[in-house]
Amino acid sequence: MALTATGVPRLGTLAVVLSISASVLDAIVAHARRDHPDEACGIVAGPLGSDRPDRHVAMENAERSTTFYRFDSAEQLKVWRDMDDRDEEPVVIYHSHTATEAYPSRTDIALAPYPQAHYLLVSTRDPDVTEIRSYRIADGAVTEEAVQVVEASVDPHAVQSYMFGQSPTTVDYECRAGN
Amino acid sequence: MAIEVRIPTILRTYTGGAKAVEGSGDTLADLINDLDAKHPGVRGRLITPEGALHRFVNIYVNDEDVRFVGGLDAKLNDGDNVTILPAVAGGAFAFAAVAAMRGHKG
Repeated sequence: MALTATGVPRLGTLAVVLSISASVLDAIVAHARRDHPDEACGIVAGPLGSDRPDRHVAMENAERSTTFYRFDSAEQLKVWRDMDDRDEEPVVIYHSHTATEAYPSRTDIALAPYPQAHYLLVSTRDPDVTEIRSYRIADGAVTEEAVQVVEASVDPHAVQSYMFGQSPTTVDYECRAGN
Repeated sequence: MAIEVRIPTILRTYTGGAKAVEGSGDTLADLINDLDAKHPGVRGRLITPEGALHRFVNIYVNDEDVRFVGGLDAKLNDGDNVTILPAVAGGAFAFAAVAAMRGHKG
């Protein structure tokens, strides 16, 4: 991983830090808490190429499951059309894990077809502490990245655990036969 | 006979970057074969080696998920619009399964 002149770590052409506003993050956490113990899922759209997650869209989990999520296909088409019309893309794709830590599972890695997106995971397993972590997932490799909250008005009680200021770590998550 | 097919970002490497391409066919299976002839490799991203529609790819004909209108046998007409979107899915299940398996291996 290389540092650019601006100090933003990069993975190829991708910046490996998620900058997100406190209000959008709060909305995601509220959605995850609301749907607990089912997994919640959704996106944050932003202008094409901006890497700026502006517009939160909570999605239906068509699976209504505590261990799996899938966007409802009709809703996904509608939301993707809306983004097309607005010249947006999914900057963040998020879901919650309700009984495990906020680390991407093998399913998440195998089913991550949007390499430009930040994959945000929220763990709601602890009722008092929300764990939030963000990853880049491309070609089967997972790179954890720091989450940078870009508004000053962060409610310190809303979210208590970030991967703040740590160096992103790269995890090689290639599947191996017989594992 | 022309059918417009909207291509998701992740498959645009096969279409020279084009967001939409034209194809033809009486059924979705025919259309995918036609697309693969023009853009080799596309078929393998949409259809499993066993010949079924990939579970984690959504294909829509005029906004209707093809799973509800016959899957690969879905009938197509001139002027139809086909949209391909990778499904967004995942979850903790496999993590728990892998953790359990690793536990057994000691």
